[in-house]
Amino acid sequence: MCGIVGLFLKDKALEPQLGAMLTDMLITMTDRGPDSAGIAIYSGAGKGLAKITVQSSEPAKAFKDLDGDLAAALGQPVTILIKDSHAVIELPLAQMEAARSALSHLRPGIKVMSAGEAIEIFKEVGLPKDVAARFQVAKMGGTHGIGHTRMATESAVTTMGAHPFSTGSDQCLVHNGSLSNHNGVRRELKRQGMTFETENDTEVGAAFISHKLKTGETLGNALEATLTDLDGFFTFVVGTKNGFGVVRDPIACKPAVMAETDQYVAFGSEYRALVNLPGIETARVWEPEPATVYFWER
Amino acid sequence: MQTFDLEAEGLRALNSSLHALKGATNMTAWEVINPKGAHAIAAGVDAPVDITVRGSTGYYCAGMNKQATIRIKGSAGPGVAENMMSGTVIIDGDASQYAGATGRGGLLVIKGNASSRCGISMKGIDIVVHGNIGHMSCFMAQSGTMVVLGDAGDALGDSLYEARLFVRGSVKSLGADCIEKEMRPEHLALLADLLKRGEADGKARPEEFKRYGSARKLYNFNIDNAEAY
Repeated sequence: MCGIVGLFLKDKALEPQLGAMLTDMLITMTDRGPDSAGIAIYSGAGKGLAKITVQSSEPAKAFKDLDGDLAAALGQPVTILIKDSHAVIELPLAQMEAARSALSHLRPGIKVMSAGEAIEIFKEVGLPKDVAARFQVAKMGGTHGIGHTRMATESAVTTMGAHPFSTGSDQCLVHNGSLSNHNGVRRELKRQGMTFETENDTEVGAAFISHKLKTGETLGNALEATLTDLDGFFTFVVGTKNGFGVVRDPIACKPAVMAETDQYVAFGSEYRALVNLPGIETARVWEPEPATVYFWER
Repeated sequence: MQTFDLEAEGLRALNSSLHALKGATNMTAWEVINPKGAHAIAAGVDAPVDITVRGSTGYYCAGMNKQATIRIKGSAGPGVAENMMSGTVIIDGDASQYAGATGRGGLLVIKGNASSRCGISMKGIDIVVHGNIGHMSCFMAQSGTMVVLGDAGDALGDSLYEARLFVRGSVKSLGADCIEKEMRPEHLALLADLLKRGEADGKARPEEFKRYGSARKLYNFNIDNAEAY
């Protein structure tokens, strides 16, 4: 199974509530995926700044003096916000790649969850309500976000196996389903220079889209390409700095419901996830068509 | 009228109250409020009662229904009226995947659109869809009647047995062994009756439909193919 929720806000007035709305939706999808949960929240960093979200299984040790060490390595000031096993490092955008490289030397054990101008990803093993509480997701504001509750099929129940997967700057993907040709696609993407953290099928889906975007394709074209090149069952929801997209495989047995009002576009694996959204009674509610790409960009 | 607040009282309490109704009962009218997409609402009812669900439902609403008339004043999630035996289920909105799957009897009416696999493996149920149906609908459908006022998606009636399919709009593609057939007077009479019972008689006339059925090449033993078996 697995549960997916997503919210793309059109009404700025709702932005402070993004995290609270997504948390409520995510917890509703607990029985579709009680193994682990994750959430990607997009909120603009300051002008000229970037955010790197990192995770450690020994946060007290790994995050101690990390800001000072990183600032010294970069010769630039950085700020760090520690949230349980994750930390969000804010730094000048131009230093983002240098910082990632410095991090791998300074703290070899930490994992980069996401990097970009807007994205922050928090994910852990455990019930969605516990994961959301650990990272205080309900207090976060933002423009759009994606959440996932996982019932593992293709790889182990670990933090790195939880969704969302981020394989490019400000990009992320969540998946309900299972891919059957992921080993072959992973080999090809590795040849093209993409790197992988896990043996997970979804990470291949994410890297496939990131690779397309890297070669200059639009989000719409990258999503179209999943229909021809990826084999298996999938409902994908993807996030980019400005956008939010949905695509389902041609068989479309993995459920999906969408709702749109003047205030938002929302996605849920089931209608249950959407019932507490404002104005849902009068929203346009529909099931996304199979093999059809939907995306919204601001 | 018995009003049941699903959010306050819970699904198990609702379904056990409905399952307790046997044969003649004087509690014949039920209303379920706050369904909020919950699963298995009014599944397994076996009594001649009227149940109105005020809102949208999740998986398997009205599954295995016998005798009851169940109205959904919203849209229905996957597997609505799955394996229905008798009675009537009427959905004001849309229905998700595999509506009426394996249904053995009764009438399912969907006033909006139905998505993929509507009527898959149907075995006697009648289904009237006012809108469109999605891909792979009536896959391996054995008996019963499907009436679609709108269009049908890809692979309609793939590996069809003896179900009768009527589509007023376009058919994106026919599945293996499904062919268009001539419309005879008895089919027009059947359609007129189903359109009326499906609350669609003001929307379409029987003459506007095309009939599809099995070419009967796939499921009959063919001696010329004996070596292939």
